Amino acid sequence: MWRDALLIAGKDIRIEMRSKVVINQMAPFALLVLILFAFALGPDRTPLINATPGLFWVAVLFSTMFAIQRSFSLEASEGLHDSIILAGIDPAGFFIGKLLAIASELGVLEILTAVGIIILYGAHIVSVLVLLSSCVLGTIGLAAAGTMYGALVSGMRLRETLLPLLFLPVASPVLIAGTRSWQSGLVGSHVSAAPWLWILVAFAVLYICVGIVLYGPMEDM
Amino acid sequence: MTIENGNGRGEVMVTEMTGKLNRWSTGRNRWINALGVASVLAIGLDVYLGLWVTPPDRVQGNLVRLLYIHPALATVALYVAFPLAALCSALWLWRRTRSSFFDRLAASSVEVGIVFIALTIVTGSLWGRPVWGVYWTWDATLTTTALLLLEFLGYVAIRRSTTDPERRARRSAIAALVAFVDVPLIQSTMVWWKTLHQKATVLLGSSTDIHGIMAVTFALSFLAFLLLFLWMLINRYRIEVIKDDMQGRTMEDAINNRIAESKVRIEDLLVKAPVSAGVLSSSTEDTREPNAGVVHTTSSRSASTELSPAVPADTFGSDL
Repeated sequence: MWRDALLIAGKDIRIEMRSKVVINQMAPFALLVLILFAFALGPDRTPLINATPGLFWVAVLFSTMFAIQRSFSLEASEGLHDSIILAGIDPAGFFIGKLLAIASELGVLEILTAVGIIILYGAHIVSVLVLLSSCVLGTIGLAAAGTMYGALVSGMRLRETLLPLLFLPVASPVLIAGTRSWQSGLVGSHVSAAPWLWILVAFAVLYICVGIVLYGPMEDM
Repeated sequence: MTIENGNGRGEVMVTEMTGKLNRWSTGRNRWINALGVASVLAIGLDVYLGLWVTPPDRVQGNLVRLLYIHPALATVALYVAFPLAALCSALWLWRRTRSSFFDRLAASSVEVGIVFIALTIVTGSLWGRPVWGVYWTWDATLTTTALLLLEFLGYVAIRRSTTDPERRARRSAIAALVAFVDVPLIQSTMVWWKTLHQKATVLLGSSTDIHGIMAVTFALSFLAFLLLFLWMLINRYRIEVIKDDMQGRTMEDAINNRIAESKVRIEDLLVKAPVSAGVLSSSTEDTREPNAGVVHTTSSRSASTELSPAVPADTFGSDL
């Protein structure tokens, strides 16, 4: 399983390094979202700084959808999906490989978005550890749930519109828990980050388990 | 339902059982009608007791009468409809119990559940406005319910955009399970986030004092809405079976109609153009076979293809 996972993750990351879609398209998109938020909330710093944790995670959530769509469009061409099944790749390995690739792409995006937030919104970091751990846990959870839904709608005509409808409600615990933990790590609010980090852990573990169990039956489609 | 291991008898039993249930639910059935009548009577009695017999509340006044609708709707949707859909989806995914019965039941349960949950939100808002001062508040219970509604609307969307029955069943079963496992997590996140909603008071302890007739009406409302749910579920299931049957049948009918139509046209042509008759005679004999138009669609289709040069193009419509 792990060998297959690394194989798939390596393949996806190599394609990304050569095509540079994340850097060339998704990073400017995340930056654009940050600028649009500033337009929506006004030039005054106070509302922006208060809303920063939430805005960061909303930007991440939108980027996740693009990353998922991009990741599954790689196998969308005629016969490629069948070739992967015929190559004897373990479904659970395929799931984890996709998850790792999407999570690492999101990781790069999050670093860029965080830099953007510090520069554009003037945010001050209180605890790097909290911010970093919530990012890692949240990203793994989002990538796991996103991989499930990406695979579920891949090959459907209406996948672009179905994916947000299915994925965003399910991802809402990550948005809330991520925002709350960022509030304590960024604004230094009195909210304790620990319970929210546990929610992120639970979400990630839950969807990794669901993916390992259900990805097999899903590949028959 | 007993499922034996190993020899495949389990699958046979499931098929037999679901076949029986299909016949039971789609045929004329007085039990289903009786269930419908019982649910209407129970709701009628609930309305009568709720509006005329029970007294107004000391604090909430007449608003308390929503108690006889709102909790029952929510309970049926959240604790009956959606768990049932998740269970049926899991049973469909498990090879031994895979049957279109579970797929249809899951879909029916979700759709009826959506109606119940939407009504829960509407009645909750109507109750919230005078009591809390707002139609909507970002409270744990409300938000979880709204997210659940959205998740299951997604289920319906994914179901409607897949036509192949096997794929549709697989996709929707996975979508239901992936959404369902999220519910406890959403619930606990929302509770930590913010809560204002009334706890399930009656279940929590004996300290709550509820007036006799109010308690009876309250309990009756659960029974009434459960009966209504079951009746709607069976009817929704019935529609699903009929719809699948129709889809198969309309295709077959369309093919047969076209074949019958083309036979008439060919006969017309034979009368009008006796010269081409010699060329066509061998093929037309094929189509004049007594059963040709009913079952042998493949042979008729090949006969039609052979005929095509001599017959106007519009004779064989796009259905073929």
